[in-house]
Amino acid sequence: MSAITRDEVAHLARLSRLALHEDELDQLAAQLDEIISAVAKVQEVAQGDIPPTSHALPLTNVYRPDETHQGLTPDQALAGAPAVEDQRFRVPQILGEEE
Amino acid sequence: MVGAVTNGPATSGVGPAPVAFDDAMRSYEPVLGLETHVELGTASKMFCSCATAFGAAPNTQVCPVCLALPGSLPVVNGAAVESAIRLGLALNCSVASWCRFARKNYFYPDMPKNYQISQYDEPLCSDGYLDVTVDTPEGPREFRVEIERVHMEEDTGKTAHMGGATGRIHGAEYSIVDYNRAGIPLLEIVTKPIEHTGELAPQVARAYVAELRDLVRSLGISDVRMEQGSLRCDVNVSLMPRGGTEWGTRSETKNVNSLRSVERAVRSEIERQAGVLNSGGRVVQETRHFQENTGTSVPGRSKEEAQDYRYFPDPDLVPVAPSAEWVEELRATLPELPAAKRARIKAEWSLSDEELRDLVNADAIELVAATVEAGAPPADARKWWLNELSRRATETEVELADLPITPEQVARVVALVAEGALTNKLARQVVDGVLNGEGDPDTVVEARGLKVVSDDSALGAAVDEAIAGDPDAAEKVRNGKVAAAGALVGAVMRATRGQADAGRARALILERLGVQ
Repeated sequence: MSAITRDEVAHLARLSRLALHEDELDQLAAQLDEIISAVAKVQEVAQGDIPPTSHALPLTNVYRPDETHQGLTPDQALAGAPAVEDQRFRVPQILGEEE
Repeated sequence: MVGAVTNGPATSGVGPAPVAFDDAMRSYEPVLGLETHVELGTASKMFCSCATAFGAAPNTQVCPVCLALPGSLPVVNGAAVESAIRLGLALNCSVASWCRFARKNYFYPDMPKNYQISQYDEPLCSDGYLDVTVDTPEGPREFRVEIERVHMEEDTGKTAHMGGATGRIHGAEYSIVDYNRAGIPLLEIVTKPIEHTGELAPQVARAYVAELRDLVRSLGISDVRMEQGSLRCDVNVSLMPRGGTEWGTRSETKNVNSLRSVERAVRSEIERQAGVLNSGGRVVQETRHFQENTGTSVPGRSKEEAQDYRYFPDPDLVPVAPSAEWVEELRATLPELPAAKRARIKAEWSLSDEELRDLVNADAIELVAATVEAGAPPADARKWWLNELSRRATETEVELADLPITPEQVARVVALVAEGALTNKLARQVVDGVLNGEGDPDTVVEARGLKVVSDDSALGAAVDEAIAGDPDAAEKVRNGKVAAAGALVGAVMRATRGQADAGRARALILERLGVQ
């Protein structure tokens, strides 16, 4: 059974605001399915007796003091922006007309 | 909490006419839920060391972490965790002994990472309550609002939508983003469904947000300025038929950013949903946006389901596991909470229910208490904040607490009046000066030359001049027409530019003219 369906890829594409062609949906569904199946192999060794982990190190409570440090200048911050206006990142239209 | 009535057409934007509130209340029982975001007052951001100052030039408080540049890693601000635990304790919550941050994935340019770091199924604090009081014609009534959770997350950047006619996202050609706010620590406080409020629902919602704001302020963890967005509220409302048990479909109204708006948003949403239901339609689960100018809401973009956020534990951050000792240490730092303070003040100042209510409604209790602490008698402190200063706040359309005068300065003015150095009229001029930014009361008194002319030699000279300048009035007074002394007192007040004590001037005039 495939781990990911074409409909799920279409749904994720919509959430990601990506416009995918029909043939791209088929192609990506197949590729993602392979990737997820490969990763799922971990489940074969990690049975119920091994708790899921979210971090590689057994650490807790790593905190930073509440102190400020100068970060980037606006020029540095905006250096990689495709477009800048009024010292802000300029981004394309967010919602289409249908929303 | 969705028990949808499934028949009838879905109705959202252009719906049936709303039903008048009282009519809606005859048929339906509202169920409320409130999600409140509090921006913490920490010096630095939640996961990086950028400053958090309000109103800084765009993109001047940013770094690789909050801009999500490759290779950067977040580290938790310990002070923010501490604030979250203290708020949880003040809300009678249990504090988790172990919890994690989660990534909330969504694609929207207000977060450069394409996710927001939040908490999902492991909130830091859960299962608390906050008691709130609402005025009713039958007297004050208390409601217990149960708290589902308090969790930590980060604020988003600020977007401005350009090129459209209205400045709104709809119809905009493009948007511009300032990430100064992205990463500022936020606490989200979520209530359990609030039932059985009936027609008091709008007031309960308002009272809850007001009480929460006062609580946060008393803890000193945020300045909670609603107009600056450091306390923001989302209001969930659903209706069920009176006597029913199955909740209706809820809407979520965002952008509710003042106490008055909280009340209006609940009321207008009850009226709107009742209109939809009465016409045989069904309420759509949706996000709506509150419009400050009309007091109503318009539908926003369709809500993504929780599963669409694909929450998962953030692998860049290690778990937060507060020890029981630390939690108890923090519990010991809790100040006297607002409800206890109100009860104490009511007793200490011998206030009636109405007097206390006036103080609470004017949002003046903390200010008056601080003024009393600074040495003013409670009655004088109340009089200044409730009368003169409330009037000034209304005139200039700011919150009372935001007037540029401190409780210490008010106490000093009260003291100057008590000493006889100022009359009430002069005191108001001193307050004018302080509000104008001319400095402390003593500085204003000095700079404006506002001193009661109380030494009898200066006053006596002014009295003699007044008598010499108006022999007719003087003669009348001598002949027993005491009322004529008013003209002479007026002359003395003019000569001293209002700085004489009018009572003292009158007494001197009568004495000089042989009338006792």
